[in-house]
Amino acid sequence: MSEPTVVLESQALAKHYAVSTGFLKPKARVRALDGVSFTLAAGRTLAVVGESGCGKSTLARQLTMIEAPTGGALLLAHAGAARADVTHADAALKQQLRRQVQMVFQNPFASLNPRKKIAHALEEPLAINTDLSKAARGEKARAMMARVGLRPEHDARYPHMFSGGQRQRIAIARALMLAPAIVVLDEPVSALDVSIQAQVLNLLMDLQDETRVAYVFISHNLAVVELIADDVLVMYLGKIVEHSPKAALFASPRHPYTRALLASTPRIAVDARRQRQVPIGELPSPLNPPSGCAFHPRCPFAVERCRIEVPALEDLGGGQRIACHRVHEIG
Amino acid sequence: MALLEVQDLGVEFGALRAVDNVSLHVDAGEVLGIVGESGSGKSVTALALMGLIDEPGRVHAQRLSFDGRDLLAMPLKERRGLLGKDIAMIFQDPMASLNPCFTVEFQLVETLRIHEGGSRKALRARALELLKQVEIPDAERRLSAYPHQLSGGMSQRVMVAMAIACNPRLLIADEPTTALDVTIQAQMLALLIKLQRERGMALVLITHDLGVVAEVAQRVLVMYAGQVVETARVPDLFDAPRHPYTEALLAALPEHNTGTRRLRSMAGMVPGAFDRPSGCLLAPRCAYVEPRCRSERPALDGDIGAQARCFFPLTQVSA
Repeated sequence: MSEPTVVLESQALAKHYAVSTGFLKPKARVRALDGVSFTLAAGRTLAVVGESGCGKSTLARQLTMIEAPTGGALLLAHAGAARADVTHADAALKQQLRRQVQMVFQNPFASLNPRKKIAHALEEPLAINTDLSKAARGEKARAMMARVGLRPEHDARYPHMFSGGQRQRIAIARALMLAPAIVVLDEPVSALDVSIQAQVLNLLMDLQDETRVAYVFISHNLAVVELIADDVLVMYLGKIVEHSPKAALFASPRHPYTRALLASTPRIAVDARRQRQVPIGELPSPLNPPSGCAFHPRCPFAVERCRIEVPALEDLGGGQRIACHRVHEIG
Repeated sequence: MALLEVQDLGVEFGALRAVDNVSLHVDAGEVLGIVGESGSGKSVTALALMGLIDEPGRVHAQRLSFDGRDLLAMPLKERRGLLGKDIAMIFQDPMASLNPCFTVEFQLVETLRIHEGGSRKALRARALELLKQVEIPDAERRLSAYPHQLSGGMSQRVMVAMAIACNPRLLIADEPTTALDVTIQAQMLALLIKLQRERGMALVLITHDLGVVAEVAQRVLVMYAGQVVETARVPDLFDAPRHPYTEALLAALPEHNTGTRRLRSMAGMVPGAFDRPSGCLLAPRCAYVEPRCRSERPALDGDIGAQARCFFPLTQVSA
């Protein structure tokens, strides 16, 4: 088996924001994303999990080139050529690279323009990025609608005529119009009901099987992640604390924070419930992060060293990377 | 005798029957879960119990009694005296439920002053004690905080403090953890259950998360399109669902599909106001549909405590 093509590589990606703390006061710096490195191969799904404020959405904004990172490099595959670094690309190259990364947002009620017909929403990426005729664009849009399980004859309808699940299908169709290599999905099913959520997840998995598109799947729902992901990235205050293959992460979570997340998830099966070990406290302010390991004030295993020294992301083999001083002691 | 008894509660907004003949009872000190998808009428049921449905909504019921007293027959003033005192409610979005213009202390004291009264000093002391009970760190300082200075989890704790201020005997929690992160959700559920046990309070927990219900409730009510479709005790509902909707809902959960590549999903969606089928409301989506289901509406059938609204309830063998 040949090595799968890496379509995305993030090298020590960082995004620091300068935040005003008040009139005439010096600006504070928020490290929303701090040295995040990973790779993503075609046809794979990388799930990004963590609490609000951990940098998940900041990561999505860097990957989709909505914002420029303040440090590190972001390499994207494009048009069969070698991977290009987004941070040093000129405008023309950037436009090409943007076609490779598309995004689906959380709220399907806010992400579609209520004044434009569905056909318009789906054809717009083609009108901007290709020189297809109007008829050809309409043809492609209708074919894509059929593919995501919508009726092609509904292309002249407005978004309000569709339900939440159907709108999310439209958003997915729009993201796939340019046949991107990567789709960033920011909480794509958390606004949907359980039965509709299952339909949309099935659709996402089917589309991936057909097109070998790679997903960056941002979610806080670990049950969904366990189903759809190949690898999982756990983030805490802008840093990766654990990066593991899905099976390893759910069978034997190594980082104390991952354990806390898993223990907090409500389960139906009694034997699947882990010992209720509710993590204490809340996510600290990113303006004033704790010294050393950012998780130490909430960590049951914290020792003196955790308060002083920032743990590095250590490769434990088997694709598992953990940032914890005590990972070998706590088993 | 049940603490809260509801018989044939209906809520209509024009032509839409948001809640259709819902009957339920809550015993003292019990945790009842109400689950359903959006539009199933679970929140409207709670609002109707609290008397919070405004015009043009119309509420009617055969019987609505709390602790043996008829809520429908009593004067409005007396009913308002019960609400917020003996029956309290917390809502989904803690940020939107607190008044941004007033401090935590003002809002907590307001509840206490209306229902119990007392000197300013005594009320303040009581407010402080409540914040400590809901495990807010640094409670003294939080009293003078405004809602925007609190995180989502903190705001929800303040809401819980307000709800338990007058020692309610029934607490209705409408999606209390949906807006919170999973670690904070776990803390909040642990807190609610602790308070419920300490005070012997009855808790009605409305949620769309079956995992939450499985972990904390003793009994569940499953709602679909305004109707109760199944009631059961907790392990039974998850081990052997009797209604096809409950079964399909459980089957659609990622948790029940580990190792598979596809989720077993239910086709279609909840019927809207104008496309309700004439027979069983689930008939267009049901995997076991029979001709009778399309023409006739089934009634809630079965023993008290384990009922299903289905002509052909699933038996344990097939489930």
